[in-house]
Amino acid sequence: MMPLYLPICLPLAAAGVMLLQAPSNGRRYPTALAGSLLHLAAAVYLLLRVDQAGLISVQTGNWPAPFGITLVADLLSAAMVVITALMGLAVVVYARPAVADSMEQRRALVFVHVLLAAISGAFLTGDLFNLYVWFEVMLMASFGLMTGGRGWRAVKGMTAYVILNLLATLFFLIAIGLLYGLAGTLNMAHLHQQLGAVSSDATVAAVATLLLFAFGIKAALFPFYHWLPAAYPQLPIHTAALFAGLLTKVGVYSLLRVATLLFADFEEILMPLLLGSAALTMLLGVLGAAAQNDVRRILSYHIISQVGYMVLGIALFTPLALAATIVYLLHHIVVKTNLFLIAGLVRHLGGSYALDRLGGLYARSGWLAVGFLVPALSLAGIPPLSGFWAKLLVIRSALASDHLLLAILALAVGLLTVYSMTKIWQAAFWSPAPAAERLSAPAAGAAALWMGVPVAVLAAVTVGFGLGIEPIFRFAVQAAEQLVNPHLYVTMVLGG
Amino acid sequence: MTTLLALLTGLIFAAGIYLILSGSLLRLIFGLALASNAVNLLIFTAGGLDARRSPLIAADQTAIAEPVANALPQAMILTAVVIGFAIVTFVLALLYRHRLDRPKALGEARP
Repeated sequence: MMPLYLPICLPLAAAGVMLLQAPSNGRRYPTALAGSLLHLAAAVYLLLRVDQAGLISVQTGNWPAPFGITLVADLLSAAMVVITALMGLAVVVYARPAVADSMEQRRALVFVHVLLAAISGAFLTGDLFNLYVWFEVMLMASFGLMTGGRGWRAVKGMTAYVILNLLATLFFLIAIGLLYGLAGTLNMAHLHQQLGAVSSDATVAAVATLLLFAFGIKAALFPFYHWLPAAYPQLPIHTAALFAGLLTKVGVYSLLRVATLLFADFEEILMPLLLGSAALTMLLGVLGAAAQNDVRRILSYHIISQVGYMVLGIALFTPLALAATIVYLLHHIVVKTNLFLIAGLVRHLGGSYALDRLGGLYARSGWLAVGFLVPALSLAGIPPLSGFWAKLLVIRSALASDHLLLAILALAVGLLTVYSMTKIWQAAFWSPAPAAERLSAPAAGAAALWMGVPVAVLAAVTVGFGLGIEPIFRFAVQAAEQLVNPHLYVTMVLGG
Repeated sequence: MTTLLALLTGLIFAAGIYLILSGSLLRLIFGLALASNAVNLLIFTAGGLDARRSPLIAADQTAIAEPVANALPQAMILTAVVIGFAIVTFVLALLYRHRLDRPKALGEARP
C-alpha cells in the first residue's frame, strides 16, 4: 500500500516544505537533499517489494478498480522509479555550488522535486487520464525550471519546447477522449480487456496514431525532435542533465506501456510506422551531433539518436527486443545524465562549452578525463561498459527478427557515436590548452567535491552495470515477460 | 446532436490549428486555447449524449432505473479546463518575457 504512494508523495512534500522556506538563505538546500535521499530510499523499498511480489497495485481512495485511479508497479516501473530517484539525488548533490551562488537556483529546487514526483507518478500510474495529469505536472515543473535560463535565445528555445509539448498533451487528450468513447474506461488494465472486443479497427488505429504522435514528441522521435536541441543547451547544466536523463524516457516508457498493454493486438498498424521512425531517429540524431561544435548540443543530439535504439526495440516487439529496450533505458538514463554533469565540470574547469575554445583538460585533471571516458565509451557501445550490452541486445533482436538493414544501421550509428565522442575528447581533453589567461582558477576544493562525487558515482554505476550485466539482463527479461503477458497486471489491478 | 457537435469540434479545431500555424506568438496562444476547448468538446461528445437525466438515485430506490448521463467525462473536462487555463496563463507570461527581452520582436517571432 504505502510503497506506491511514497515515491510520489515524498518529493512533493519536500517541495512543499521548501516553499515555506525563504530562498534568500541556505535552508532550502538541506530540505532538497533530504527529500532526494528519502525519495531514493522509498524507490528502493518499492523495488524490493515488487521484486518479492512480482507486481503490486493500490486503488487510491478505495474506489474499486476501473472507476478510481489505480497505482501499479511492475518490475519495469519500479526500476524506472529507482533510477529516477538516483538521478534526482545526483543532480541535487551536483547543484550544490550553483545553489549556493544563485537565488534563481534556490528557487528552482522546488521545481526539481515537483518534477521528480511527476515523473515517478507517470511511471506508477495505471490510468491513462492520470498519466495525462502527470504529464502536465511534469510540463509545468519543467517550464518553471526553464525560466532560470536568461536572454533572448533562451526564451526562443523554450518557446519551441513549450508549444510542441503543449500540442503533444493536447493530442494525448484527444486520444483519451476517443478511447473513452470506444471502450468506456481509461484504466489501462481494463482497456486491455475492452479493446479486444472493439470491432472498429479504424478508430483504434486513429487512437494509436494520436498516442504515437503525442509520445513521439515527448520522446523526441523523428520527425518531432527539433525542440530538444533548441531547448536543452539553454538550461542551467544540472537542470539539463535531469531533463536529458529523464524527460524523453518518460515518453519512451509511455510508448512501451501503451504498445504492450493496449495495442498488442494491433501490432501491424503501429509497428511499421515505429520501425521507420526509430531508424530515422537514430540516424538523423547522430548526424545532427556530428555537425555540432558545442558540448551540450552534441550531447543533446545524441539523446535523440539513442531514443531511436529504444524505440527500435519497441517496434520489433519480441520479448528479447523489449528486454533490450528496458536495458537500454536503464543504461541510457545514467550515462546521459552523467555526460551532462561532466559537461558542467568541463565548463567549470575550461571556461566554455564550445569545442574550439577548450583544450588541455587531460593535463589539468586526469580524473575528469577518466570520468568523461567511462560514460562516453559506454554511450558509444565499447565493451565491457553498459552501452555495449544494450546495443548488443538491440542488434541481436533486430537480427533475430530478420531486420538485417536495421542491424547494420544500428552498428553504423554506434560508429558515428564514437566519432562525436572522439571529437569532444580530442578538442577538450587532448589538444593543447588555448591561451592560458582564459582558464579559470582551479576549482575550490569543496565545490569540486560536490560536483565530482555524483559524476564518479554515476560512472561507477555504469561500470558496475556493464560488468554485472547478467543479473540485470535477467531482470530485464523478467520485466519484458510481464509486459508481453499482462495477465498478472490485469488480474492484480482488476482483482481477478 | 452528436453530428452537430462533431462538426463544431472540427470547426473549432480547424480555427485553432490555423491560428497555431499563423506564425505570430499571440495568435499561437489563442490557437492553443481554441484547440484545447475543441478537445474538451470532443471528450464531452465521446462520453455519449443520448441520456438526458442526471445520475441521481430517487429517494425510494436503491439503483439507477433509467439511462443517465455519464459524469466521468465531465470530471475529466473539468480537470482539463483547469490545466489548460494554467498553461495559457504560463504561456502568456512567457510571451511577456519575450516582449521584455526584445521589445520589437513580437510581430516577427517565428517559433
